[in-house]
Amino acid sequence: MEQHIESHIIQSSDDEFIINVGPQHPSTHGVLHLQLKLDGEKIVDLRPFLGYIHRGIEKMSESLTYKQFIYLTSRMDYLSAHINNQACCLVIEKGLQTEVPERAKVIRTLMAELTRLASHQLWWGSTGLDMGAVSPFFYAFREREMILEIFEETCGSRLTMNYCVPGGVMNDIHPDFVRKVKQLIKQFRENIHEYDELLTGNPIFQSRTQGIGYLSKEDAIALSCSGPVARASGISCDVRKKNPYDAYDRVSFDEIIATEGDCFARYRVRLEEMKQSMNIIEQLIDNIPTGEYRTKIKGIIKLPVGEYYQRVETARGELGVYLVSDGSNKPYRIKFRTPNFSNLGALKPMSLGGKIGDLVAIMASLDLIIPDIDR
Amino acid sequence: MNAAKRYFTSIFKAIVALLKGMKLTGSYLVRPSKILTQQYPENRDTLYIPQRFKGRVVMPHDENNEHNCTACTLCQLACPNGSIQIISKNIDMPDGTKKKVLDRWVYNLGSCTLCQLCIDACPSDAIVMDNGFEFSVYDKSKLIYELNRPGSRLKEKKTEKQA
Ligand code: SF4
Ligand code: SF4
Repeated sequence: MEQHIESHIIQSSDDEFIINVGPQHPSTHGVLHLQLKLDGEKIVDLRPFLGYIHRGIEKMSESLTYKQFIYLTSRMDYLSAHINNQACCLVIEKGLQTEVPERAKVIRTLMAELTRLASHQLWWGSTGLDMGAVSPFFYAFREREMILEIFEETCGSRLTMNYCVPGGVMNDIHPDFVRKVKQLIKQFRENIHEYDELLTGNPIFQSRTQGIGYLSKEDAIALSCSGPVARASGISCDVRKKNPYDAYDRVSFDEIIATEGDCFARYRVRLEEMKQSMNIIEQLIDNIPTGEYRTKIKGIIKLPVGEYYQRVETARGELGVYLVSDGSNKPYRIKFRTPNFSNLGALKPMSLGGKIGDLVAIMASLDLIIPDIDR
Repeated sequence: MNAAKRYFTSIFKAIVALLKGMKLTGSYLVRPSKILTQQYPENRDTLYIPQRFKGRVVMPHDENNEHNCTACTLCQLACPNGSIQIISKNIDMPDGTKKKVLDRWVYNLGSCTLCQLCIDACPSDAIVMDNGFEFSVYDKSKLIYELNRPGSRLKEKKTEKQA
């Protein structure tokens, strides 16, 4: 055991030295611990250490019933809380073979896209913050606040809303929902040029991101990256397109793909994705079908014996929920394939040979959520 | 010569870009109506809190100090965190039979994640979410509430009233 740990700690020679970034470092946005071997300012080796925020969500889920464990997944990637819940509900519905009402499907999709917008806005703000620009954070929070207010009105909470339930959604949408969402889209479309003025067009920002943190297409596939990280390296991997769930089969939108594979490409992909999310919302908001928002599933949920898998596209990539049922009222085993865990693997190939100052830019462009890595 | 020129142009470009950003920020300084910052807690009276906001679980009582809870413990079973404890007692009915009624509805706000599953599970709509949010206390034992009021009892069923 001792030897095993030893081999994971980077050894240094005389002219190289080792520094630890984290687990309490502002640029890691959480308790990620990185050990770097530096030659001057150049990164020669890098090793992430995980486990500082491991809560055992997968194991805990085994002792909770099917209705109960869903709320725990909001605590994985908390910025995509709704999408995580949605994935769990979809996997349970797959097992039960229940049909979800059309209205619930559209509401879920709308909420998922709003979640994605809010998440990307926060990422945009914190990217600016990581690179020394403080103002973007406040601009990003202006629109994000509107989305959170919409969530608060309809779901009752702002972040971990537990709005999805097997069979539909918890409540019907708030009477003001449609009006507020339209107002949000209008305002965001008016304001998005400010995002370009503050960051995209800024030469300082560009020189810190262009050509930095290159990830080749082959590496991205080998490391099973997903989401904007993989799409910026030229891989088409949007689950919403490849394997549509809920209402994604009835909307048309573009999958944003860039081929440069650097930090700036990942930045641009996310910025364009926000515009596509708005397109999706605009297509759905006027056509929310009337009818039930929830099929009541009576009594205790028991899935037939078997294995079920569902993947969804969260704001950071592909989330897979793999569930094994032994026929009882609790899952026998749950495994989450979380996007951030796989994307973290790309950190090393991106930063080797680069400067230590670039590491912050690379981590910002990866958009890591540490509780999602550890679970 | 070329390198020096490039060097100074890049500095110049960066300064122009910074000024552009500053211009945008400054434009908000002269348009105070566009500023969205709220001054909490000064604005506590005008604070907008949506009606569905989940603050904590409460049990509504009517003017006769009656609630809807039948002590069926479905909410206790639905809660993933064990935040609810239903303590019931048996009382003697006038016709000689015994009936199980609610004695204490113990709620631990400290371990509640406001997931709404208890409210979803309750068949008699006996509990709802409150909009409050300023619940900080210095001792976590103060976060344990008893939701049914002293002396309260179960509301008579409507069908019996009509009869
Ligand atoms: S809201 Fe959730 S955690 Fe809180 S008491 Fe109800 S079921 Fe338990
Ligand atoms: S609050 Fe509702 S679910 Fe809980 S014991 Fe009372 S009646 Fe039953």
